Amino acid sequence: MKVIELNKKATASNDRDAALLREELKSRGLFLINLMSAAGSGKTTFLSRTIKDLEGRVPVGVMEADIASDVDAAAIEALGAKSIQAHTGGCCHMDAAMTREALDAFQPEGGMIVFLENVGNLICPAEYDTGAHLKIMLLSVPEGDDKPLKYPLMFEESDALLITKTDALPYFDFDLEAARKRALALNPEIAVFPVSAKTGEGMAAFEDWLLGRYRAFTESA
Amino acid sequence: MHEMGIIIHLAGTLEETAREEGLTRISRVTLEVGEVSGIITDYFEDCWNYFKKRHPVLEDSRLEILTIPAVTYCSACGREYETVKYGRECPYCKSGETWLVRGNECVIKEIEAE
Ligand SMILES: Nc1nc2c(ncn2[C@@H]2O[C@H](COP(=O)(O)OP(=O)(O)O)[C@@H](O)[C@H]2O)c(=O)[nH]1
Ligand SMILES: [Mg+2]
Ligand SMILES: [Zn+2]
Repeated sequence: MKVIELNKKATASNDRDAALLREELKSRGLFLINLMSAAGSGKTTFLSRTIKDLEGRVPVGVMEADIASDVDAAAIEALGAKSIQAHTGGCCHMDAAMTREALDAFQPEGGMIVFLENVGNLICPAEYDTGAHLKIMLLSVPEGDDKPLKYPLMFEESDALLITKTDALPYFDFDLEAARKRALALNPEIAVFPVSAKTGEGMAAFEDWLLGRYRAFTESA
Repeated sequence: MHEMGIIIHLAGTLEETAREEGLTRISRVTLEVGEVSGIITDYFEDCWNYFKKRHPVLEDSRLEILTIPAVTYCSACGREYETVKYGRECPYCKSGETWLVRGNECVIKEIEAE
């Protein structure tokens, strides 16, 4: 018997699976985006809007992991985009192995932007690398501007923060600047976009940023 | 099922380690678990005892959990304090602009094996 010091994250095996998947997808030209937020922050509504806006510019697919129902996948299908219901086996998040399984079933075409709508939960999804090339999180106005203080990890991990439902700003004391400042204090690199999927306000700025990241990805692939 | 998700990866990580190090039997797994990691240790151990049976190398292993106290930093006054005792509001200056410094981790510290 010997004692071996490891000091390894318990979920280290997932990190390795995720890194492998990310490389494989890159060689196939598939741009995978992990979309995270609490339940009801507006992920599906936002995706529907994005799909409509990007139509004809770039093929978009959606993998729905939100366990709430398969209504979400149906809503996306109705827009004519390719989608699939992913299964987490009762887990509170998607990990790299579940994402790989979902992709195998989904069979996206090369060059596609694939959104993974993660389980509605501000904690666990942030802890598991899915193999995505980009992480985007949503924080909706009704949830409050103090969420970065309460759930820092997701803000630290994300490439972009969408502050959603900005059309509701007149009805809540949500301080946009305070939210932005808190997110940037945790993650100076995070891109912040206030948007309303309902009115379309702010969506163009986000979509330009997204297409910029997509181009940089395909050029480096 | 937060705990089960972690256990699945923990077992995967340990199997990988065993392969790399040429180990056939792990008898003890020592974890450092943050006080506010959301892991319920009793439940975590139950999950472990159930799950380890699927992995021959882990079958006889015992889980040892060391709790890491949570510490919060206040960006208003620059001090640190005990998270669990005071929560989100800084006990010194009453600011709410506070951040968790540690206490959210789940790390495999060491294993005993042959
Ligand atoms: N006012 C307003 N409501 C929104 C907006 N986006 C989503 N919602 C509403 O928020 C609720 C949850 O949206 P959904 O997209 O299903 O959230 P998900 O659970 O994150 O996928 C629905 O009732 C939507 O109509 C928005 O931009 N403005
Ligand atoms: Mg949804
Ligand atoms: Zn203070």
